[in-house]
Amino acid sequence: MASTSKAPVLVVLQLTGGNDYLNTVIPYTNPLYRDYRPVVGIPEDQVLPLDDKVAFHPAMGPMKPIYERGEMAIIHGVGYPNSPRSHFRSMDIWHTCEPNKLGTEGWLGRATREIDPHKENVLTTVSFGPSLFRALALPGVPVACVDNLDTYGLLPGVSEQRQRSRMLQWFAQMYSPAIGSGPVMDYLSQTGLDTLQGADILKDAPKRYASTVKYPETPIAKKLKGIAQVHMANFGTRIFYCDHGSFDSHSNQHGMHDKLWKDVSEGVACFFEDLREHGVGDNVIMLMFSEFGRRTRDNGSGTDHGAGGVAFVLGEPVKGGQYSEFPSMKAEDLQQGDVVPNHDFRGVYSTILEDWLGLDAKPIVGGTFEKLAYLN
Amino acid sequence: MTTQKENIALMAHLMRRAGFGAPREELEARAAKGYEATVEELLHPEEQPPLDRDEMMRYHPWTWRPGTLPGMGAADWLHDMLNTKRPLEEKMALFWHQVFATGVSKVDHYDDVMDMIVKFRAKGLGDYRELLIEMAKDPAMIYWLDNCENHAWAVNENWGRELLELFSMGVGNYTETDVRECSRAFTGWTILPKLPRGPIGRHDWFFEYREEDHDDGEKTFLGVTGNLNGEDIIRIICDQPATSRFVARHLYNFFVADEAQVPAWSVMPPRDPAAIDLLSTTLVQSNYDIRSTLRVLFHSDFFKEARFARMKSPAEAVVGTLRLVGGAEFPAPGIGNLSRQAGYMGQDLLNPPSVEGWHTGVEWINSGSLMQRINFAAGLVGDVSRPGIKTILNRLQTQGARTSAEVVDSCLDLLGPLEVSQGSRDGLIGFLKEGGDFRWDTAEHIQTSTARVAELLQLIVATREYQFA
Repeated sequence: MASTSKAPVLVVLQLTGGNDYLNTVIPYTNPLYRDYRPVVGIPEDQVLPLDDKVAFHPAMGPMKPIYERGEMAIIHGVGYPNSPRSHFRSMDIWHTCEPNKLGTEGWLGRATREIDPHKENVLTTVSFGPSLFRALALPGVPVACVDNLDTYGLLPGVSEQRQRSRMLQWFAQMYSPAIGSGPVMDYLSQTGLDTLQGADILKDAPKRYASTVKYPETPIAKKLKGIAQVHMANFGTRIFYCDHGSFDSHSNQHGMHDKLWKDVSEGVACFFEDLREHGVGDNVIMLMFSEFGRRTRDNGSGTDHGAGGVAFVLGEPVKGGQYSEFPSMKAEDLQQGDVVPNHDFRGVYSTILEDWLGLDAKPIVGGTFEKLAYLN
Repeated sequence: MTTQKENIALMAHLMRRAGFGAPREELEARAAKGYEATVEELLHPEEQPPLDRDEMMRYHPWTWRPGTLPGMGAADWLHDMLNTKRPLEEKMALFWHQVFATGVSKVDHYDDVMDMIVKFRAKGLGDYRELLIEMAKDPAMIYWLDNCENHAWAVNENWGRELLELFSMGVGNYTETDVRECSRAFTGWTILPKLPRGPIGRHDWFFEYREEDHDDGEKTFLGVTGNLNGEDIIRIICDQPATSRFVARHLYNFFVADEAQVPAWSVMPPRDPAAIDLLSTTLVQSNYDIRSTLRVLFHSDFFKEARFARMKSPAEAVVGTLRLVGGAEFPAPGIGNLSRQAGYMGQDLLNPPSVEGWHTGVEWINSGSLMQRINFAAGLVGDVSRPGIKTILNRLQTQGARTSAEVVDSCLDLLGPLEVSQGSRDGLIGFLKEGGDFRWDTAEHIQTSTARVAELLQLIVATREYQFA
């Protein structure tokens, strides 16, 4: 486990829709990139070089200082064998670690169970989105789902606050377990009260928070700000999950991909600046991934579903740099026109689970996979 | 309870189970027609007008065959569930979707999964054996359970096993050899065309039987030996007592009361063995006619007495509340968001988590899904401009409901009628009491009373009891 006296925290930012690896970490000096990308290719004078081989997309400027500080690991060629190139299926595989059958248990649901086996904290894992990501799903493991931290809670439609708290008092009264009402009603009672308790704790987070960092008014920045607020409120949350998208850039990729990365980069930069300002970034890492990369050759407007992609691990505890290798783009090395993954995503998970969260990865990801040294 | 009240309560129960609930006026009209007449009307959807299919096409063309585009599949179906004049037809589609659980997570095409729903509408009340054959030839099912990889020279047992385990008999009623022989009989039942997918979709699939890929050797399945093909397997399956009992238990779990989850059925006895016996016998005697079996079910005492004995599924929670409050009949912008609500509550329609389908009953509930259910329903019943809520307010005003107890009882009655525990009723009255008695005489009083009723309705749908059907 990484050396920190505070409990390690993981933030996952899922780039939903299939982020175009080749236009994110751009092999700008490779002539094949120009050949494959006559339309969506980014001109060399616009990219943000990291070294003499790869460069960030121009919209990723706000994140570049994080890389330069050595707090960002770029993990090349992430994926798994026989990519199905389907959004649903690929995302399921990332969520459940089951590439060959339909899985229902999420990898972070399992991790949550390991971290808090007696369900002592209803906020061990907090998801920012309207519903539970399958990565977090595991029967009997409570996960708080927050769509919007400012309005989070039961009966948000009741605008008059005094009235709403009266209603919630009566709600709690009606949900108190009564003798002889049976196991189903008892379970409903407990769940209702857990829900109320989680909401009750969370609603204090924005009140306790003050910062000079001005997040932009974008959906992803709002979620990341919410995560920062909950983290700083010290509720003992260990896993946060959120997503942004859609990165499904089949057409008009230029404007679309630019905006997506602008929003993500600004949000992420603000998030880490916020943590730094408050001195609470030393126990936080963030994983960014997408369910697949996109086709090597562009389609004249955008790019279609592909295989190998890129993942990022960011944060003060991270040993920055580039890990694994940029997959070969030579025609004879492509499979179905896609760059072939050379680092299994379950290796990324294993590194995080074992070298950061201090858990045994094998039962969670279903096997032993190569780990890399960005969290040592 | 007066006879009239009891008739309404029973009709509300029937409509919640055989449909997605009904607003008060409809319940009263149906109760006047009578229970038996309503059961017959429900059992014969073909006598009611079909939906105007062009309406969704006109306003939301993207919902028509949306291919693989994520999140665009279920809006069309939601619109049907809200507006259908054939509630049981739509409810049977949901029932069979939960049994023959097939999802876009693997099929990767809403169109093929929606085609299954269309088949469930057409055949869902008919002969179960025909439906099984239809499923064996269904392209989405064939791909979902890998029967397109089931070859004479390399048997894939996925479909063969699930047909026995989840769709007809249940574990413990066949051997591994039977699974193997069953799978051999379905070799060559495949799909065309196998073209690679395009950018946002692929070609529709069609069933094809390939003689040259079918293993036509001798097989022995459940004691019957011969050159068996898929149809023979289904015939033999349906001759087994285990099959009628298994289907009966599915019907009971969906229409009557929550059972254990399907994988536990081989070890857990039914909640009501006599009910399963009756339904199972009816299935056999009617040659697996689902319509005849449901007629017996709806007229049985065990059905009539099972009020609020089932947890609402998310689809029922969403559609039921929308039908109660009204105002969502027209496919306005926002129907896409409405169609995602059941998914937020744990039932992503057309995308079940696995072939086992969703776990039902109490497993629908966790802290996230409970909050979604409550907030969704509360948002709707707190909107006093909704026609169904206006009706409730008008009735309260006409009744001149004055005390908190009167208002609570009336609202519980008009929202269901909903039966709640003494503790819940006390809580609702306690909440209301602090505001004193209700008055409906001046515009100002009406406004105050209306706001208080809106709060009460939100608290009612937040109760544990409202989560049951």
